[in-house]
Amino acid sequence: MSPLLAIHDLSKAFGGVEAVRSVSFEVAAGEAVALIGPNGAGKTTCFNLIGGQLRPDAGGIEFRGRDIAGWPPHKVWRLGIGRTFQVAAIFPSMTVQENVQMAMVSHTGRALNLLTPLAGLEAEKADALLERVGLAAQARRACGLLAYGDLKRLELALALANDPALLLMDEPMAGVARGERAELMALIGRVVAEEGVSVLFTEHDMDVVFGHASRIVVLHRGEVVADGAPEAVRADARVREVYLGAEAGQGGQPC
Amino acid sequence: MSFYAVQFLTGLASASSLFLVASGLSIIFGVSRVVNFAHGSFYMLGAYIAYSLTLRLGGGAFGFWGAIGLAAVAVGLIGVLMEMALLRRLYRSPELFQLVATFGVVLVVQDLALATWGPDDLLGPRAPGLSGAVSILGHRVPEYDLALIVIGPVVLVILWLLLNRTRWGILVRAATQDPEMAGALGINQKWLLTGVFFLGSLLAGLGGALQLPREPANLLMDMGIIAEAFVVVVIGGMGSIGGAFLAAVVIGELQAFGILIFPEITLVLLFLVMAVVLVIRPWGLLGKPEAIIPKAAARDVGRPFRPLKAAWRWAGLGLLGLLVALPATAGDYALQVASEVLIFTLFAASLHFLMGIGGMISFGHAAYLGFGAYGSALAVHHLGAPMEAALIAAPLLAGMGGLVFGWFCVRLSGVYLAMLTLAFAQIAWSGVFQWYDFTGGDNGLIGIWPAPWAAGAAGYYYLTLMLTVAALWVLKRAVFSPFGFALRAGRDSRLRAEALGIDVRRVQWLAFALSGAAAGLAGGLYAFLKGSVFPTVMAIPVSVDGLVMVLLGGVHTVLGPLIGAVAFTGLKIGIAAETHFWRILLGGLILATVLAFPKGIAGFLKDKLMRPER
Amino acid sequence: MLSVKSLDAFYGRAQVLFGLDLAVAHGEAVALMGRNGAGKSTTLKCLIGLVPHAAGEMTLDGVDIARLDAFRIARLGLGYVPEERRIFTDLTVAENLEAGRRPPRQGSPDWTAERLFVLFPNLAEIRRRRAAHISGGEQQMLSIARTLMGNPTLLLLDEPSEGLAPKILEEIATTVSALKAEGLTILLAEQNLRFAGAIADRVAVIETGHIRWQGAMADFAADTEAQARYLLA
Repeated sequence: MSPLLAIHDLSKAFGGVEAVRSVSFEVAAGEAVALIGPNGAGKTTCFNLIGGQLRPDAGGIEFRGRDIAGWPPHKVWRLGIGRTFQVAAIFPSMTVQENVQMAMVSHTGRALNLLTPLAGLEAEKADALLERVGLAAQARRACGLLAYGDLKRLELALALANDPALLLMDEPMAGVARGERAELMALIGRVVAEEGVSVLFTEHDMDVVFGHASRIVVLHRGEVVADGAPEAVRADARVREVYLGAEAGQGGQPC
Repeated sequence: MSFYAVQFLTGLASASSLFLVASGLSIIFGVSRVVNFAHGSFYMLGAYIAYSLTLRLGGGAFGFWGAIGLAAVAVGLIGVLMEMALLRRLYRSPELFQLVATFGVVLVVQDLALATWGPDDLLGPRAPGLSGAVSILGHRVPEYDLALIVIGPVVLVILWLLLNRTRWGILVRAATQDPEMAGALGINQKWLLTGVFFLGSLLAGLGGALQLPREPANLLMDMGIIAEAFVVVVIGGMGSIGGAFLAAVVIGELQAFGILIFPEITLVLLFLVMAVVLVIRPWGLLGKPEAIIPKAAARDVGRPFRPLKAAWRWAGLGLLGLLVALPATAGDYALQVASEVLIFTLFAASLHFLMGIGGMISFGHAAYLGFGAYGSALAVHHLGAPMEAALIAAPLLAGMGGLVFGWFCVRLSGVYLAMLTLAFAQIAWSGVFQWYDFTGGDNGLIGIWPAPWAAGAAGYYYLTLMLTVAALWVLKRAVFSPFGFALRAGRDSRLRAEALGIDVRRVQWLAFALSGAAAGLAGGLYAFLKGSVFPTVMAIPVSVDGLVMVLLGGVHTVLGPLIGAVAFTGLKIGIAAETHFWRILLGGLILATVLAFPKGIAGFLKDKLMRPER
Repeated sequence: MLSVKSLDAFYGRAQVLFGLDLAVAHGEAVALMGRNGAGKSTTLKCLIGLVPHAAGEMTLDGVDIARLDAFRIARLGLGYVPEERRIFTDLTVAENLEAGRRPPRQGSPDWTAERLFVLFPNLAEIRRRRAAHISGGEQQMLSIARTLMGNPTLLLLDEPSEGLAPKILEEIATTVSALKAEGLTILLAEQNLRFAGAIADRVAVIETGHIRWQGAMADFAADTEAQARYLLA
């Protein structure tokens, strides 16, 4: 069976600095793949190339056998790739429910509808999705009033609004208080399992990475230095050198 | 061949002044984020002050160059005065308030210049020692042009050295990038900003003063140059002094060669050059691309819109009832004023749709009002169309204008987009002004009267009321439809909107068309109300009127623009009827209002009357 | 040297700091520790004047800094190194340093670019490079060096460890410790105990805008229970 997502020889440079150099890896259906590496390794650039926020200089991105390299983000989304951002991106001038309604209306191709008020569209479906991410009680609130952890939940709901096959999550735990992390990660794990979504995520929190990834791809200076099961990656000498340092064996936060 | 070489030199000479003005605009914007509309006024003042000084200082080389230098410094000081007395109080307000404040300065300066130097063009002296012409390849080229050709690059080099080789320049560049951090490092931005305004205004003044031997000082210089300077900044790239120079040369040459064929072609060429540059390099020739993945800025995008409380709905219906009953008590003049207020209410609402909902600031919204007005007038004039058909032509033509201009504008964002809208509006205005055979030029088109059934003041008032309310209802409906939400989504977070399958560019493009069509309907109604159309209907001041209305009302409210339009239009008609020097009064009022209500009238009332939500 | 009393601060309508008290003595290195969102960054931003505070007192060497503009506070000797580094990417490395330069101050060493290049040898090699094109670790070093150019008497460091590889962190910890040894007073906001432990003598733990625990770094490093309660979960 062909993989869900296949990246091959992907490259991107910014003003002479090669952020991503000939990167290749795959995500199979049902996998949770972590893309890790020190800051500046090219993780977010990779995400932006896949999500369409950036256009690759070279290389291919195949999703379900279709080359989507260079497609704009709105088309990438239509194929079934959901996305969350490092800094939660939501629509602050709308209520929580309106955010999700907007996503669902866009999914059904009615974003240009001028005649029907949004208030009556997809309201129940939106509430149901909000219920599942634990935001039902906040549905009518303005997003600007939510705690950051709740914004991350809302973002998850938005990313799931089109029943994606692949979820791209850029540092899902960034900015989330430690106490909330376990709960949020459990929620992501639960929802992802229920939906049968494959996940590609980046994360600095090694507990999260080793606790949830079925496979790990390690980037360093724009290149893949390791790709394999968590235990294999943990043991990889090159990975220890560039990223985990001497602390790898303890599985803690890298110092 | 040699003739073209000479024409090329003329183009370079024109480019010098333009470069000076545009680089000043660019530097000021870089540090203060203020789009300084008054920059054109400073240019004009440079010319006038240099004129007066040459009379005082005598005709020698010292007198002439001394006058130019002193005029530039004087204008620089005027810029400092504006910064310290006005803008310092507004740095915490939204960018648009600063813009409108500088436009208040434009109005004040216009009347002050009129009062000081009179309405006639003032021809300055020739530059001593440079009054002749030299023969180049058998053609005569004014010596003064050659001096200008040298001055441009010299100033460019001086500016470059100032910004890159002095401590002051390093601090300016640091503050341009991250003013807050610069402050945390002990840099006092107050004086940096004042210094930057001095330098930028001085450059504008120098540009105007140097122009004196080539064209007489006149009262139209301000608006003419500001639009050109915006074009230069957009093409050259914001914040790039080198880009400003390059773009000024391009524009100077376009004008020098375009004029050879026929003047109208320069507009088309200008349009084409801008289009090509913006499609290939949206951030300008030498500018830097804006961050593709914008940082999460804690921008104020307002709160969710709530449906009106029942009490307000009844109040609205009551108001509508009063408006319907108005002809029973009001005379013809009052009804005409009421019609005009309604028309500008629609105009303001259409601009608000683009700005408040779409987050796209239009400095040139009068273009669509003008397209509508001319759409109707041309249909009547050339096709003999009846009023009903002409009123349909108005939103159609303006909507198409919105599609054409919008196609380019949505490729940009923020202040670039705003400057481009102004440039387009100015091109449209020049087109109408110059295409004498078709549009009547500045003689306008007259005899645009309503159909007999709507000819009376009351009849036309009812027609206006009906169409305005209908159009406002459509706009309101659009705000709460998925389209309106998609538009807001693109404004709130373009990144997220696109990652949710919304084609933000297309949504914004259609918003331009819708907004343009609504403004166009207002324009059509305006043409029949006045019985005539003149190019002034689409001139910059009308665009700014629209901005003032929206800002008075508050950007993030649905009802705001209606309140703003009523207040402003009423005020303007009232003032114009009372005094000759209405500009200085209006400008003063704008300044007072902006300083007193930095959140707009509706925003002010909302803060005072309503408790914050939860 | 630095004294903070009953500091309240808000983000929008949400209160972030609740009557915060904090003191730092001359020559001391204090770590302000706590989870994300506990109020560490906000405290530092209030001190330097980038975030307005609603109530409370702040004095530096007895001078009231509570109502001063950021640039005045910086000129009084408070040096601020922000969490996001915020270097001027349009400027070269050397120009960044120049932007931070302030006149020498009595009683503290006068930093020059040359002296800083000795302290951060990496920066010397890239001094002419545009700061947009340097690595994350180099940016962090530049951010610290730029602030030192202002000859601060008290250095505020906001999570310098964030996102840096262990090797680079070690270098930075060594450098900051050397600065402390020269007599520079330091207030460090940090989550990384290992990094903070290498620098600070004393710890103040902040949780949801309150100081919950204060004491010697050695005691905190030994108190796994307090660590778990305030830093982990």
